[in-house]
Amino acid sequence: MTGNLLINVENMGIQFGGLKAVQGVNMYLNQGELVGLIGPNGAGKTTSFNMLTGVYTPTEGTITFDGKKINGLAPYQVTQKGISRTFQNIRLFKELSVLDNVKVANHSLAKHSMWSSIFRLPTHFKGEAEMENQSIEFLKIFGLDVYKDELAKNLPYGMQRRLEIARALAANPKLLLLDEPAAGMNPQETHDLMELIAFIRKEFGLTILLIEHDMSLVMGICERIYVLDHGQLIADGTPEEIRNNPKVIEAYLGEEVIG
Amino acid sequence: MKKSKVFWGYAVIALVIYAVIQLLITTEVIDMYYKNMLITMCINIMLAVSLHIVIGVTGQFSIGHAGFLAVGAYVSAIITTKLMLPFPLAIFLGALAAAVAGLIVGIPTLRLKGDYLAIATLGFAEIIRIVFLNTDYVGGAAGMQVKYLSNWTYAFFGVALTILVISNFTNSRHGRACISIREDEIAADAMGINTTYYKVVAFAIGSFFAGLAGAIFAHNFYIIQPTTFGFLKSFDILIYVVLGGLGSLSGSVIAAIFLTVISTYLANFPETRMIIYSLVLIIVMLYRPTGLMGTKEITDLFKFGKKGGTK
Amino acid sequence: MEWIQQLVNGISLGSIYALIALGYTMVYGIIKLINFAHGDVFMIGSFIGFYAIAKWELGFFPALLLAMAVCAIFGVLIERIAYKRLRNATRIAALITAIGVSLLIEYTTIFFRGAQPAAYPEVFKNKSFDVFGVQISSTSILILSVAVVLMILLQFIVHKTKIGKAMRAVSHDADAARLMGINVDNTISATFAIGSALAGAAGVIFGVYYTKIDPLMGVIPGVKAFIAAVLGGIGIIPGAMVGGMLLGVVESLVSALGFSLWRDAAAFVILILILIFRPSGIFGKNAREKV
Repeated sequence: MTGNLLINVENMGIQFGGLKAVQGVNMYLNQGELVGLIGPNGAGKTTSFNMLTGVYTPTEGTITFDGKKINGLAPYQVTQKGISRTFQNIRLFKELSVLDNVKVANHSLAKHSMWSSIFRLPTHFKGEAEMENQSIEFLKIFGLDVYKDELAKNLPYGMQRRLEIARALAANPKLLLLDEPAAGMNPQETHDLMELIAFIRKEFGLTILLIEHDMSLVMGICERIYVLDHGQLIADGTPEEIRNNPKVIEAYLGEEVIG
Repeated sequence: MKKSKVFWGYAVIALVIYAVIQLLITTEVIDMYYKNMLITMCINIMLAVSLHIVIGVTGQFSIGHAGFLAVGAYVSAIITTKLMLPFPLAIFLGALAAAVAGLIVGIPTLRLKGDYLAIATLGFAEIIRIVFLNTDYVGGAAGMQVKYLSNWTYAFFGVALTILVISNFTNSRHGRACISIREDEIAADAMGINTTYYKVVAFAIGSFFAGLAGAIFAHNFYIIQPTTFGFLKSFDILIYVVLGGLGSLSGSVIAAIFLTVISTYLANFPETRMIIYSLVLIIVMLYRPTGLMGTKEITDLFKFGKKGGTK
Repeated sequence: MEWIQQLVNGISLGSIYALIALGYTMVYGIIKLINFAHGDVFMIGSFIGFYAIAKWELGFFPALLLAMAVCAIFGVLIERIAYKRLRNATRIAALITAIGVSLLIEYTTIFFRGAQPAAYPEVFKNKSFDVFGVQISSTSILILSVAVVLMILLQFIVHKTKIGKAMRAVSHDADAARLMGINVDNTISATFAIGSALAGAAGVIFGVYYTKIDPLMGVIPGVKAFIAAVLGGIGIIPGAMVGGMLLGVVESLVSALGFSLWRDAAAFVILILILIFRPSGIFGKNAREKV
């Protein structure tokens, strides 16, 4: 199932003021892999995501995606190259309908120009109809099509998390970054979500990098795991290797017991 | 198609309104005073809708809209009065000049957020005004003589064009991109929306129609002066959008109509007018900060589609 | 010599901007609100001083203190009535409310006394001192010394008193301050009181220096003072002082170069340049949004 190298991160690091938030991170993902990124609170996981997606520009190191260097690109350019993400603290477009949330992510795939929309040319209607169909398809996968006209802010919490993933998927990524997708979910919802992630990965041939706090979950579905602590990678390997790694145990000491 | 039926329904109603009022003006049932009020109303609607695309749709808080009104007014006035070219061309070029001004202002400032953007747009509007104030070619502080060329037809079709273009833009992938910026700029960026591009586009479209309004405004009275385009004018436009509902096109239109009527009647009591305006603004912000309509459109309230379709 | 003369004028003007800017910067620092009505508090202060001197025949210093006291109360009232409810509102709603309050004060004043200007009475025999060929008027010395004394007093309040410590704590993190037992509401009111008192003082010395006041006089100095606050780094007290002085000097120099009609434009150009290239101001640190 795994194939060629998709993303390669070399010596990535960032400074805020004098503080080195993340440094010397080396990681890679092959096509089709599902990899976990774990670490205690404040270890730099989300900061790493922000660097991979262009929200922050790394102050050192390079990120190569699909054979091209992507650090220094703006977030929208990174997304258009094929990396999309979800947010730890849900960032849906609250006043937009569920369908429109997905359509926004679908934006870059449509081709009709602004002029065609202003003058309502045939290409506009064709383009909008295509967007509508594609977006509904995505909603169906996530069981959200029944809510399509609901405002995003009115969805129940678990559904909002799902919509975040549906939206990220609609941006047509090769690499999907999920930032704590199961945060705040109950065990049943978490279980369903994991099955869903496994499904979309197969269905869309996706590569997925996942930040998660719930250890059992990460250990259960990831093929490889990276562990961050104090802004540095302290371990990487299969779930089995990570579970027995003394450095990881030390980093997590005092936190919940590993799976 | 269902959607185009709705469109033709609106078009027919619009034409009927136009024709009836034109008839009343020709037969002098509507006198000068009310005719002027109607044209002013149209100008204010154009201004409201053109600011709505910037604040309501894209969420970029501009409080210097009068600057673009001024550009449209002065440029069109120069074209008709100094260059002796036809009025329709002047309207177009005035609007275009305002759009260019919008680009010049927008490109550097739109990366700012919230109140910083507001202050920067205010600053630019003042600079635009001071430039006209100090340019002898357009009469400086004394102002510039302009021909009386505006009429109900120009004003009405100006409004129709403004609403048509801005609502078409809003109800497309481009408009959705702008709305997503209003909702959450970081998430929009992460979904592949070029946020800077769309902010500048919305700003330029808004400025274009403010310029269009400016052209009709300039030719609706015999003189234009820099003092007309100060901060208070920007504030007048802002209150239409805020009162009507940030994000509601029909809301801003309704607010513009309503406030034009009120301020026409209070024309002889400018202080009272300002006191009422500012009180309304404060009360709305304290008790209903989304404005009267919120992000809803009047068409959401009653299903207009069927009615329009049977016409 | 002409240049030094302009420099002196610039510093006098700048110290008025600085006094107003302090109120802006303190309020922004503590509740992140651009208090547009601040320029109008300045105007009210000026009128209180005017009535105190011209009608009630008080001296300069009693009039100054009276104006400061009335403005302090006025500032707290504005905060309690209009802004308090906006603590959790969007920044845009807060800004619009502030604009509304500003216009309300201006036009209510016009409604009651008309828009015509008033001539400030002469409180001091204006003498000019010749310092190495530069004419320095006694009023400019007065303005400067009042401003400097007030700024020193403010520094003392902010750094040496309990309320000053509370203000700094609230501006740093209001929620944490509340947990530490600080009365946040009172601290915010105190900030408004102090800022408004400074604006009131600025109003009186503005009247004495420029001798003409009117109900819309607060608009331009208000915006300029805001520019000064941004220039120095909004939320930073020494920044407001330096920003105000700098802006005053730049404006005087623009006038001295023969572009007095462009003076206001110069201030806005400075504002835009600073917003674009260094939005955190001269003394500010860059902050970024958390994702």
